[in-house]
Amino acid sequence: MRVGVVIFPGSNCDYDTYYVFKDVLKVDVSFIWHTDSDLRGYDAVILPGGFSYGDYLRAGAIARFSPVMREIVRFAKRGNPVMGICNGFQILLEAELLPGALIPNNGMRFRCEDVYIRVVNNDSIFTRGLDKGRVLKMPIAHYSGNYYADEGTIKSLEDNEQIVFQYCDSAGEVLPEANPNGSILNIAGIVNREGNILGMMPHPERASEKVLGSEDGVEIFKSLMGKV
Amino acid sequence: MRNRGFLFLSGREGRRMVKARIIVRYKPGILDPEGKTIYDALRSLGFEKVEGVETGKYFEITFAGDVDKNKAKELTTDACERLLANPVIQNYSFEIVEGDR
Repeated sequence: MRVGVVIFPGSNCDYDTYYVFKDVLKVDVSFIWHTDSDLRGYDAVILPGGFSYGDYLRAGAIARFSPVMREIVRFAKRGNPVMGICNGFQILLEAELLPGALIPNNGMRFRCEDVYIRVVNNDSIFTRGLDKGRVLKMPIAHYSGNYYADEGTIKSLEDNEQIVFQYCDSAGEVLPEANPNGSILNIAGIVNREGNILGMMPHPERASEKVLGSEDGVEIFKSLMGKV
Repeated sequence: MRNRGFLFLSGREGRRMVKARIIVRYKPGILDPEGKTIYDALRSLGFEKVEGVETGKYFEITFAGDVDKNKAKELTTDACERLLANPVIQNYSFEIVEGDR
C-alpha cells in the first residue's frame, strides 16, 4: 500500500504525517505537490493540516482549486480513501467532497490543546480497528473548527451514520462542556455517505507515539492501512 | 486639428472602468463571533444605542476595459458563486459601478 501526503503552500503538518507513515507504521509514503496531476500508484491520499494559502478568504477556499485537487476529487469519487486532517478537512468541505462548513470557533480563540473524541462509528475504513464508544485523546489546533451544516444535512449525517467522531470528556460523555469550538452535535469528524472520505479536526498524527503523550491517533492510520 | 484633439480626449479620459463592489456576509442564524465581540466592545465604550454588529467581507473587483456593466454582473455572480462566498454559510450582494480609472 502506498500513501500520498499532499503539500499545499502553507501546509505545516505534512512532515509529521509523512513521518508517522514512514517511521512509525513503516508504510510506503511519499509527498504529492499541489501542482501534481497524477495520482497513479497511490492507494490513499492524506490532506494534512496547516494554513494553505494563508487561510485567505476562508480556510481551504483557495487550496480546493489547486491543480492536484481536480485529481483528488476523481480519486475520491472512484472510492479510494482520502483523509483530511484539520486544514485538510476544511479543504474537503470547500471542495464539496464532504457536506457542511467549518466556521470560526464560538469562543473567537485559536484552540491548541488535547481533547477527547469518541468513536461513534467504527464501520468505516478509518475506524474499523477501533471499538465503538472508545475514547481517543489527541490534540486540536485550529481557529475555524466549528462544524456547521443546515438541519437537513445534519439529519442525513445522523441517518447515514456519517458522524465518526464527537468531542467528549475523558469518560466518553458527549457534553456541551467538552465541545471546544461550538460544533453542532460536538462533531469532530465525518465521512461521506460511501465512507471512503474522512474529515476530522483533531490531529491523529500528533498523537502517534508514546513520547507525544498519546498513541491513540495511530489507531486511525492503522485502520486505514488494514493493520488491525 | 480640432478633430484630432477631440479624439484624443475621448480615447483616454473618457474611458470608464467597470467595478464590482461585493459584500459577503454570514447567513442569518450563523454564529458571527467576531461581530459579537465587536458589539461587546462598542457597548463597553458606551454605545448604548448599538443593538447589533454583523461582520462581513468587502471585495472590489476591477474589470478589463472591454467589459460592460451587464457582462460585469454576469462575471461577478460567477465569481461569488464559485469562490468569494461559501453558499453553505454565506450570502453575497454586490453593485456594479462605473468610475474613472
